[in-house]
Amino acid sequence: MSKSSVAYIVSAATLLVVAWLGVSIGSVQIPISTLWNTGADATATNILWKIRMPRVILAGLVGASLAIAGAAFQGLLKNPLADPYTLGVSSGASVGAVMTLFFGISIPVLGIYTLPVFSMVGAGLTMFIVIGFARLVDRSMKMETIILTGIIFGSFLGSVLSLMIALTGEELRQIIGWLLGSVSMRGWSHITMILPFVIIGSVMLWLNRRELNAMLFGEERAHHLGVNVKRRKYSILIGGSILTGAAVAVSGTIGFVGLVVPHMTRLLWGSDHRHLLTLSFMNGASLLIICDLIARTIISPTELPVGVITAFIGAPVFAFIFYRQRRKGAM
Amino acid sequence: MLKVENVSGGYGNSLVIKSVSFDVKKGEILGILGPNGSGKSTLLKIISGILKAESGTVTIDGKNASLYTQKEFARKVAVLPQLHAHAFSHTVRETVELGRYPYQAGLFSTWSTEDERAVTAAMKNTAVTRYEKQSIELLSGGEQQRVFVAQALAQEAPILLLDEPTNHLDIAHQQQLLDTIRKQAIDKGLTVITVFHDINLASLYCDRLLLLDQGHISKIGLPQDVVKEDAIESVYNARIKTQPHPELAKPQITLLPDTKDEMKIAVVSKEDFSVSNEFVALRTKNPLKTLSSAVHNAGMGWFKTFVNRHVDSNYNCDDVQLEMATYLEEKGFPLSETVGMMTAVTTEHVEIGEYTGDFGTVLIAVTAGVGNAVDVSQALTRDSVSKVGTINTWVIINGELPDEAFIQAMITATEAKAKALQNENIQDPQTGTIATGTSTDSLLVAATQQGEWLPYAGPITELGKLVAHGVYDCTIKAVQAYKKAKGWTS
Repeated sequence: MSKSSVAYIVSAATLLVVAWLGVSIGSVQIPISTLWNTGADATATNILWKIRMPRVILAGLVGASLAIAGAAFQGLLKNPLADPYTLGVSSGASVGAVMTLFFGISIPVLGIYTLPVFSMVGAGLTMFIVIGFARLVDRSMKMETIILTGIIFGSFLGSVLSLMIALTGEELRQIIGWLLGSVSMRGWSHITMILPFVIIGSVMLWLNRRELNAMLFGEERAHHLGVNVKRRKYSILIGGSILTGAAVAVSGTIGFVGLVVPHMTRLLWGSDHRHLLTLSFMNGASLLIICDLIARTIISPTELPVGVITAFIGAPVFAFIFYRQRRKGAM
Repeated sequence: MLKVENVSGGYGNSLVIKSVSFDVKKGEILGILGPNGSGKSTLLKIISGILKAESGTVTIDGKNASLYTQKEFARKVAVLPQLHAHAFSHTVRETVELGRYPYQAGLFSTWSTEDERAVTAAMKNTAVTRYEKQSIELLSGGEQQRVFVAQALAQEAPILLLDEPTNHLDIAHQQQLLDTIRKQAIDKGLTVITVFHDINLASLYCDRLLLLDQGHISKIGLPQDVVKEDAIESVYNARIKTQPHPELAKPQITLLPDTKDEMKIAVVSKEDFSVSNEFVALRTKNPLKTLSSAVHNAGMGWFKTFVNRHVDSNYNCDDVQLEMATYLEEKGFPLSETVGMMTAVTTEHVEIGEYTGDFGTVLIAVTAGVGNAVDVSQALTRDSVSKVGTINTWVIINGELPDEAFIQAMITATEAKAKALQNENIQDPQTGTIATGTSTDSLLVAATQQGEWLPYAGPITELGKLVAHGVYDCTIKAVQAYKKAKGWTS
């Protein structure tokens, strides 16, 4: 059996096991048989279908989106420290979301979706402004230009966020809670809302799997191999931004999944994007489901924001990768 | 196959390439040469489509290069980049497989047997198959570059563009890489355009060379027409000399550094000679440029010690060279800077003379054993094997000579020797005619390469006159001494 088939089987199995754990573990233990057992306890069925299932699926979608976007951005920007937030898109999404909380905006037509919709609009606007500005600076859109532009807009939007937090009163806890990231209390509606974006973004990235391989050797090399570098770059940037925007809109800024999962996947199964993208997608889902499980059970009945757990695991891993990368450079 | 017409281009407002035109035929290897900043890489970038030409056209296979789609172009032209580092690592096979990118089409394009064949063949031809599963970052620079050659070959494009492919490689890897590329070019009829930093490598491996000077074509043609002293000196602004390659009809250059003046002028004089029972030796302060038919260190070279060793007339040895080297080593002569000859004549009969002209002095040393004298005009009729019996002639010149003057000095010295034998009435014992030399004569011409420039050494030049007179004079005296020792005269 080839290495890649082993990778797919292991990743898929992990995802299934983790999803099963996520569904069954909690304040109320629910046997997995409730899924198909029509004669099961009604409360259990309710908890399963109304609370646990959407929560696990949402965590999976968010984790998957962040991880595949991270893998694509790292490959495109040839930068091991890049993540879905490098472009500043997440800051745009956060500003959109925090704005609704800060001003107490609630548009009747949108109802509870006001926040995620504003957040997505913020992400989309930021993406177009960042790409547009990078194009203005340098028509050939070099990777360095994109990274720098992302940092400039990210910091600016970050300061807008800080300003709103500084001026806020009673909404502070709500805002901080949202910023730390969480997938609790969402439900099926949020899933149906982001699902199309997750599919579109992931397919856009997956269609560029071979091009990402070529671009790892530099834009010029990719050009010589026959890659239409400019067009591919746009589609990867836009695909990744759609995924990031969608994820941030429903769950806030959950850090480190997009950075760590692609690295782990690469270490385990190699950096061939033909497999890396799909594997990162699955592993990202697994990681966020398990982190969310920990977040809601570790000091139960109190729930921690899932972003705290991912950062708690992510930061040391990030430090380790950073250390290894530097050591390699020094040798 | 590839035609460049009036192409100009560069970065921003400054034109790096100015109206360049040339064409390359199928199966040809064209090398692009030029100093730093002359536009070599820019020209390659324009041809490979990375950089848009300001004006002019590049035609590939009869079609304007800009009309090809990206993938079509990659099926026509493969490019081998300069070595660079990567953030993430692919395995060797994954890297080579990328060369098949231009042949993949559609959303779910599958890997065809054709793709597999091309990748396997490319890895085999560049000898990287055994690294197949390794990550490229673990390979050495030379191996990495071979992997990229494999990637370019897997593209199976009829045109291959290379930008200084041997940069940062040691000589063994340079040779391996260029041998591989040349072999592939010949086997598959590839058309190759390659930028070179190293003029000698370019001359060795290319069919034609293009010399760029500040964005213009300074010269284009066969290596022997482009690698010329005046052209290279004016374009590169460096002092060089061209020489033929020892095995191939390709010119090679040597740098002439400005360190010559550092050497103190040292004139060779008669006092530098020493004579012992076993040998006549000359030791000089500076090495002399020497051309000789000696036993040890024959041919052309730079040497400081010259030994004419006496051996018994029954001397017989299977490996004369080895025996001579052993002897020199035993006597404490450094092998790398010593020229060694041998003679059956006892060293006391050496004749050393110093002759002064306007430019300086010429020193001549001769040992003459004429027991086996030969008349060259009758040589065809002779059948005996050669025996020891040797006239060894040294001509040491205080002056600077070109190579041709060394040869002229050898002719002049040989003629003077023949005339001396005639006047001494030395006969070939087999034919009874006047001899012109012996069967195993040796000649050495050495010059200090300092002082006056002496372009010629024919018999009516100032230098030639001294050589002729000196060799004649010393040979006469040496022959007379030999005759006396043998009891032929009183």
